[in-house]
Amino acid sequence: MKRSTGRSDDAAAARVAYEIIVVGTSWGGLAALRAIVGALPPEFDIPMVVVQHRHRDSDALLARFLQDHTRLRVCEVEDKQTVEPGRVFIAPANYHLLVERGYFSLSTEAPVRYSRPSIDVAMTSAAVAYGFHAVGVVLTGANEDGAAGLRHIAANGGLAVVQEPESAEVDTMPRAALEAVPTARVFALERLADFLGSLPSAHAPARRPG
Amino acid sequence: MPGPPTGYSPDLERVEIELLLEGVYRQYGFDFRSYAYASIRRRLWKRVEAEGLRNLSELQARVLHDTDTMERLLLDLSVNVTAMFRDPLFYVSFREKVIPLLRTYPFIRVWHAGCSTGEEVYSMAILLEESGLYDRARIYATDINDVVLQQARRGIFPLERMQEYTENYIKAGGSRSFSECYTAKYDGALFDQRLVRNVVFAQHNLVTDRSFSEFNVIFCRNVLIYFDKNLQNQVHSLFYDSLVRFGILCLGSKESLKFSKYDACYERLDTSEKIYRKVR
Repeated sequence: MKRSTGRSDDAAAARVAYEIIVVGTSWGGLAALRAIVGALPPEFDIPMVVVQHRHRDSDALLARFLQDHTRLRVCEVEDKQTVEPGRVFIAPANYHLLVERGYFSLSTEAPVRYSRPSIDVAMTSAAVAYGFHAVGVVLTGANEDGAAGLRHIAANGGLAVVQEPESAEVDTMPRAALEAVPTARVFALERLADFLGSLPSAHAPARRPG
Repeated sequence: MPGPPTGYSPDLERVEIELLLEGVYRQYGFDFRSYAYASIRRRLWKRVEAEGLRNLSELQARVLHDTDTMERLLLDLSVNVTAMFRDPLFYVSFREKVIPLLRTYPFIRVWHAGCSTGEEVYSMAILLEESGLYDRARIYATDINDVVLQQARRGIFPLERMQEYTENYIKAGGSRSFSECYTAKYDGALFDQRLVRNVVFAQHNLVTDRSFSEFNVIFCRNVLIYFDKNLQNQVHSLFYDSLVRFGILCLGSKESLKFSKYDACYERLDTSEKIYRKVR
């Protein structure tokens, strides 16, 4: 039976195996992403998607930067790339990233709320494709992108997580996300990696349900 | 953001979308059934909202009974955002890696598949003109949608984007003054019609139409991303059959043959841009 809200006490979370995590951030995101990705254990195997607002001409610098801080494999997504465990997937600049069941699609449709990639677009597609196996995480940022996407993840039974606004470099984005999903789990930045690392993964054979 | 009300079942939504696309295909012949799901889902919901409807089933009824709604939906589903010299570094690479190869041909046939409103057709024409190759080139610019082709033929683009396009042109290695390519008129920039003297604009549907010639270059950037994997393979088969031996295939910067069945038939000509040469 699907859970109907984003709330997940630890007992409920333990029964659900997660298949994808979508992390969204803008202003202040670089430091926050480094803190989280850098602290994930090397055996972490839930595919993690990172949507970071940046200039349309940005190259693969973000992927290289994060790769320097983790043993997980970091890459910029190409169209129709397979969703694989143990990897961090970066949404390329100037494209929307859409999550399909098992793979990614890219799109050059118009920016949403001035953003491309849009966190809302990525999270909503993950909610549709993965339902209660999806996790959305909204971090620091100076706009309200991510709030609608996180609401979709929660509405489809997935897990909503928000960086504690007081610990965010800019709190606009986490506050908007919390307003959209008041039941979201809230963590200070330094505790987020631990929490994500503790989530049951659908890819870990020992924990695979059924 | 357009989308279903909270609590709308994704399973029901998928049923509705499949039925709608099946109906559009059988009634109008446009086949969107193998388009990438997440993106087409977004576009359909945008149309639901724009029409003031409540759900996808209502959109299905209206589209099937009203051709005007179908035309609006067709625009939603087929128009993609484009820009002149989009991804300027692609054009730098094209200049360096492809132009020297094209110089060896007495006549150059270019197929620009999915040209939308034509910004990138004019970009390619400018590049070929500057390389001194344009007079022996012909560009076949095709799109599924006749409305955007008419726009492309007119060659009038929004004036407010000229600053961005000028920057792109310079980053793309352009050597002249970009403003000489157009005349400012009212709120539009009218491009020199001599630039399209060797362009043939024509309607062509990548999903249902066949190859219509043999080409030295096929240019199809950020079009296949809207197709699912099977349809991508089908179109790659069409491109493969339409390219001469050693013909050039240009894809978008974040597209790849790696996830298709045709990876082994081509070699990469550039390490960063997706410029391929058919080798077998």
